[in-house]
This record gives sequence, structure tokens and C-alpha cells, in this order.
Amino acid sequence: MKQLTVSNSTLQFKRYKWLFWVAIVLVIYIWGITGVHFTGIKDSAGEVSRSIAYGIFHPDWKYVYDGSGEDLVSLILQTLAMAFLGTFISAILSVPFAFWAARTGKPRFHVRSTSGKLVLTLIRTFPEIVLAIMFIKAVGPGSFAGVLAVSIHSIGMLGKLFSESIENMDFGPSEALMSSGGNRAQTLVFATLPTVLPEFLSYTLYRFEIAVRSASILGMVGAGGIGTPLLFAIQTRTWSRVGIILLGIIITVTLIDYISGTLRKRLV
Amino acid sequence: MNIVPTRTFTQKYHVKTVVWLTLFILLVIGTAKMTGVDFIMFFANFGQFTALLQQMAKPDWQYTSLVVQPILETIQMALIGTTVGTLVAIPFSVLAARNIVKNKFLRGIIRFILNLVRTLPDLMLAALFVAIVGIGPVAGVFTLAIFSFGMISKLFYEAIETIDEGPLEALQAAGANKIQMVVFAVIPQVFNYFVSYFLYTFEINVRASTVLGYLGAGGIGVYLQRSLDQFAYGQTAIIILGILMVVLIIDGVSNTLRERLL
Amino acid sequence: MTEKPIIEFQHVSKTYQNGTIGLKDINLSIPQGQFLVVVGLSGAGKSTLMRTINRMHDISTGNIFVDGESIVHLEGKELRRLRRSIGMIFQNFNLVKRSSVQRNVLSGRVGYYSTWKSTLGLFSKEDKQKAIEALQRVGLGEKLYSRADELSGGQQQRVAIARAFMQDPKIVLADEPIASLDPLTTESVMDDLKRLNEEFHITVIVNLHSVSLARRFGDRIIGLRGGELVYDEPISKVTEKDLEAIYQPVSIVKKSEVQA
Repeated sequence: MKQLTVSNSTLQFKRYKWLFWVAIVLVIYIWGITGVHFTGIKDSAGEVSRSIAYGIFHPDWKYVYDGSGEDLVSLILQTLAMAFLGTFISAILSVPFAFWAARTGKPRFHVRSTSGKLVLTLIRTFPEIVLAIMFIKAVGPGSFAGVLAVSIHSIGMLGKLFSESIENMDFGPSEALMSSGGNRAQTLVFATLPTVLPEFLSYTLYRFEIAVRSASILGMVGAGGIGTPLLFAIQTRTWSRVGIILLGIIITVTLIDYISGTLRKRLV
Repeated sequence: MNIVPTRTFTQKYHVKTVVWLTLFILLVIGTAKMTGVDFIMFFANFGQFTALLQQMAKPDWQYTSLVVQPILETIQMALIGTTVGTLVAIPFSVLAARNIVKNKFLRGIIRFILNLVRTLPDLMLAALFVAIVGIGPVAGVFTLAIFSFGMISKLFYEAIETIDEGPLEALQAAGANKIQMVVFAVIPQVFNYFVSYFLYTFEINVRASTVLGYLGAGGIGVYLQRSLDQFAYGQTAIIILGILMVVLIIDGVSNTLRERLL
Repeated sequence: MTEKPIIEFQHVSKTYQNGTIGLKDINLSIPQGQFLVVVGLSGAGKSTLMRTINRMHDISTGNIFVDGESIVHLEGKELRRLRRSIGMIFQNFNLVKRSSVQRNVLSGRVGYYSTWKSTLGLFSKEDKQKAIEALQRVGLGEKLYSRADELSGGQQQRVAIARAFMQDPKIVLADEPIASLDPLTTESVMDDLKRLNEEFHITVIVNLHSVSLARRFGDRIIGLRGGELVYDEPISKVTEKDLEAIYQPVSIVKKSEVQA
């Protein structure tokens, strides 16, 4: 009899457990809503949105190409160049980081891999636009600063993805190379790299897709690409200009995503 | 059977690989020219970069108390934004799922809209919403709502497409309508995934929201911009440390919850 | 068995870091040119025994001699020189799946090259020819330029044998070489190993699960149970009954011993 009552009361607790979670979620949301004051919407909001919509449907076609090098096509190409080169440099820099952070062998705390993972988290969390601003101080405003920002920031994610594929790779070929008398460098070149390279490439392409998006906004802080004229057009309320730039970005990103996605499917 | 095959000239000298490699190298050189890459200048000016880092290495600890409130505001923005985005995303994701909506045309239109929304970077949305609703956290909430809407609707409809069709069929056989099917057969199957994806998107939004303020969309980003404009790098350091801590905590909590869910 | 042993185990024991016993006081002497088959349940220490010979595993106590030289303290270059003289075949073939068969076979030769030369793929003409011959020896000449993952399991294992042959080995260790193959390809792989043994007088040590194959190919059979050497007879004296006893789970054997 005693046992029965005990199990009954735990059952009761389990039945009302969801109430506890609901209470927590409610408290969090009440706190959240008090933080954002919904008083700040400007009276002109409706009018501005209408202007933007009008701009998007009546884009400034003349801006697409005018041969000045400051037109849409040139700047989008520059944005793509920033993303491409930045991702390329980042992929190379990420390899040593990946080997640093990869946990090989037994699943327990490991000073080398844990410190590597921590460093990668730090890089990933460091805001990309702050990096861009820092590089602008070093090399002046322009797309080179953008390339540097993309190169460094992408290490955080690529290094993590690379290290995970090293952790999950088949160690057989490396073992075979070592057993035939190969040294570390030979094992790396003949077994490890050929095994992980396709995955590395696939992740790099994926990161390139993300880099195209971020390169298109780095210009907002002065680091080159299409972001600069976009911010300028928004601030001067030239909505037809905003419209054409948005169209350009949407088309470019869609195209790049499609191409990269097809390539990635063929790789793996 | 045992004769070594002969290779054509193209195979023997790996012409295909060489061509692709050459193209790639040309692309690297071309893009480097285009973006004005100049590593000599970079290393010549490296002193300025390290000087900046040195200033950042001396955080202005007194600034800490001023940063707490805007950081909390950032989290609040992310929370409300993600929630609004998710609520809007749910009907869209149901409409985009192959196993719920059999009408190819309707599904195509919905997916097209979702794809369009996903192409827009977060800061660009922030710039637009600051122009529309004015400077402040409301612009941030709108930005994050749209941003998470694009992301979460895709995750959701992919989750819906992987569900077990059996219960759906059973309900249909019992004469249920579409909405009843969704409520009784789809939601119970995907609920845990939805919560997990919500938390994942929330993580990403917390990261994103820390910089939205740079363009005036509220939160800690406003202070980030101010400190950078005033060359107060000691304050910048404090803000970045704060962001780092918040992101680590949110990631940790969200990861634990997600692991328990799935 | 008049020749002097090429491998000698003296009181070899190995305990893993987590406390499990890998090997327990093994004494074993293997003469040059022998085809030795190791049998036992999985977890009996067969792989461990094999991997102590080329130091892929280190031992806890005791001593191992290869060609009259103690190998337990070898390091760096000398260790790699030892491994170079010992070929190894694995259950999962361990080929680099995305590399060509040629490159896989040549990779068996890296122990003879400096780092930079092998890294740049600068193998000598003689070695490239040798790779072709090694491949023809296992009947796969026409696969030279194929990618390794285009081959069937049996073919991959024979490429692995060609790779081991490239090392000019004195000893070949084969760790369950046929465990992931079908019966037909099993034959050809075992034949290839037997030919290495007979034509080149290479000492071959094979871990096997199959008792019938052990009797057909081996010169001598040893049995392991719980890390201990419990059986060691030349093929002429092996009986079916002995082998069955080796495959008894430890608990049952102990019980029968108690009853006896």
C-alpha cells in the first residue's frame, strides 16, 4: 500500500510538470515584452514602405551598368570577388585550426582540442563588422578590408566544420600508411588529406554562399562591395536605386546558391 | 585481363585537372586585383592593427555596468523577433510541405517567397526597417522576425516532409479534414523538432542582434557603434566580451535543451 | 623449424589504460618463412598480438625481437624502418577510396622516400614499374588507373596486398583479411597470401575466424583466449576437436575445468 501512494504522487508530479514549464516560458516572455517598447514607430512608416515597394517595382535600370565601375554589375562582381577570395584564404587558414581542434582518440577532455574549439568559438562570436572596421583602420576603407574580414571571420565556422569531419573520418588509411613506415607528413598527404578533402571542399562552398551574403553588407561599414551604395541610397531615400540593388542582390544570391548547391551534390 | 591500360594524352597529363586548376588560379589572381589586395601594405600597416588590438586588450571595466541593460535588451529583441517570425512561419511551412499540400502551383509560389526572403542579409533588413519604423529596438524586432521567418519556415517544412505518413492516412480514412489532420497527425510528430529549431534560430538571432544596433536597430550594437566612432576601444572590448558571454550562455542553455528534446 | 626465429615474444603482456588485459605472458617463436594462423574469439587478443609486432600497439612488459633485434624501444626513423619491413593487411582494406589504385599501391613505398619527394609524388621509374608488377601479380593490372572505390571488396583487398608487397616486406601481418569478403573472393585473397609466402619466403601471420581455412593454408596454428596463448601446434598435429575447444567461451571452459 505504501509503495502505491509513492508512485501515485510521482505520477501526480509528472502530470503537472508541464505547468512548471509553461510558467517559466510565461515569465520569460513577460520579461521579453517589457523590454521592447512599441512606441517608436514613425508616423511616416506606411508612406515609406509604400515608397520602397514602389521603388522595387520601378527600379532604376540605368544604374545596372554605366561603365563607371561604380554601377550595380561592377559592385556586385566586386562583392562576389570579396566573398570568393575571403573564403579561399579562410579555407587555407582553417586547416591548421581544424587539426588543432579535432578530438582524435578517446572521448574525454583534451587540452589541445578543447583549447582549439574555444579559440574557434571566440573567432565565430567576434562580430564580422567589427573585424571589418578594425581592418579598415589598418588598410584603409575598401574591398581589401572586406576580404580580410571575411577571411578571418569564416575561420570560426570552417575550422569547426573541418575539425568535425576530421573527427568522423575513417582512420584506416592513415593506419595503413603508418604501418608501412610512413612518417607524419606522408600519412597526412597520402591518407588523411585525400580522405577529408571532398568534405572540406563541400563545406567551403557552403561557406562561400554565406560569405556572399555577408560581403554584400560589409560595405555598410565601408569595407567595399554593394553595401556602400545601398546604405547611401537608403539614407538619401532614393528608393528606385534601393529597388534595383535589392533585385541585384536577390538574383545574385539565388544564382550562387543554386550553382554551389549543384556542385556540392556532385562532390559528396 | 591483366594488361595495364593505356591512357589517352588527356588522361596521362591530367589535362582536365590542369585546366581547372589554371582557371582557379586565374580567378584567385583576378579577384585579388579586383579587390585591391595588397599584403605589402597590410604588413606595413600591421603596426596600426596591433596598436588597436593593444587598446582593446585593456578593457574599460567601469563601462561594464552601462552595458548590462542594452545586452538584456538585445536578448529581448531576439526573443520577440524569433517568436513573431516562428508564428508567421508555421502556416507557411505547412503550405510548403510536399506531403500536406498536393497542389504543385501553390507550393511553388510559397517556396519562391520563402527563397526570396532568405536571400536578404540581416543587416540589410535592419537598414530598411530603420528607414521605415525609425531608430530603435522595434526596427530590430522586425528585422529578426523577417530573418527568422525565412530560416525557420524552411527548417519546418523539411521536418514536416520527413514525418510518418501512416497517421495521416488513418485520419483521412476516418474522415478528417485538412486542419484536423494537421492538428492530430502532423503537430504531435514534429513538435519536438519545431521547438529544437526554434531554439537554434534563437541562438543565431542572438548573435545577429548584437550588431543590428550598428545601423540603429536597438540593442548593444548601438553602443558598439558609439564606442568605435569615439575610438574608445576599451569600451569596445567590454562590449565584445559581453556579447561573447551572452552568446556562450545562450548556446549552452539552448544546446542542453535541444539535446533533451531530440 | 631449424631456422632461427624471425620473431620472438618473451613474456609479453599488455594491459590497456582502462585496465582490460590485452595479452598475458606470451612466449612465442616464429621461424622465417612460416605461414602462421592465429585463431580465437573476437576480443581474445589476436589483433593486439599482431599489432605489437610492428608497434602499432605498445606492450606493457616483456620483450619482442624481430630479426634478432629488440623492437620495444625503437623510435622515430628506426621504428619507421621496422614498419617498412613489415607489410600489413586489414579487415577493411584501408585503401584511400578517392585515390587511384596506382597511388594506393605506391603509397606502400613511402617508407623508402624522403618526405618532400614522396609528397610531390616523385616516385622512381623502377618503383612505378614495380607497382604495375605487384598489381599484375594479384591479377589486377588493368585496374591501375581506376579509383579505389570503383573496385569490389575482394579486388580492394588484393590491391592492399599489392601495396604491402611494395614494401619488400620480410613479414606480412594480415588482420582478419577475409572477414568482410564473400566466400569466392576469400579464396583468391588467401591464395595471394600463400603465394607471397611460398615464392618470396615471406613470413605471413594471419588472424582467422574460419577453422577450415586455417587448416588448409597454415603451417602452424596458435590459439588465444583472454589474452593467453592456449594452443600452439604444427598443422600436422591439429585436430578439429582442439580447434573447437579454442572457440569455447571462457566461462564454459573454466566450468569444464572445474568439473574435471
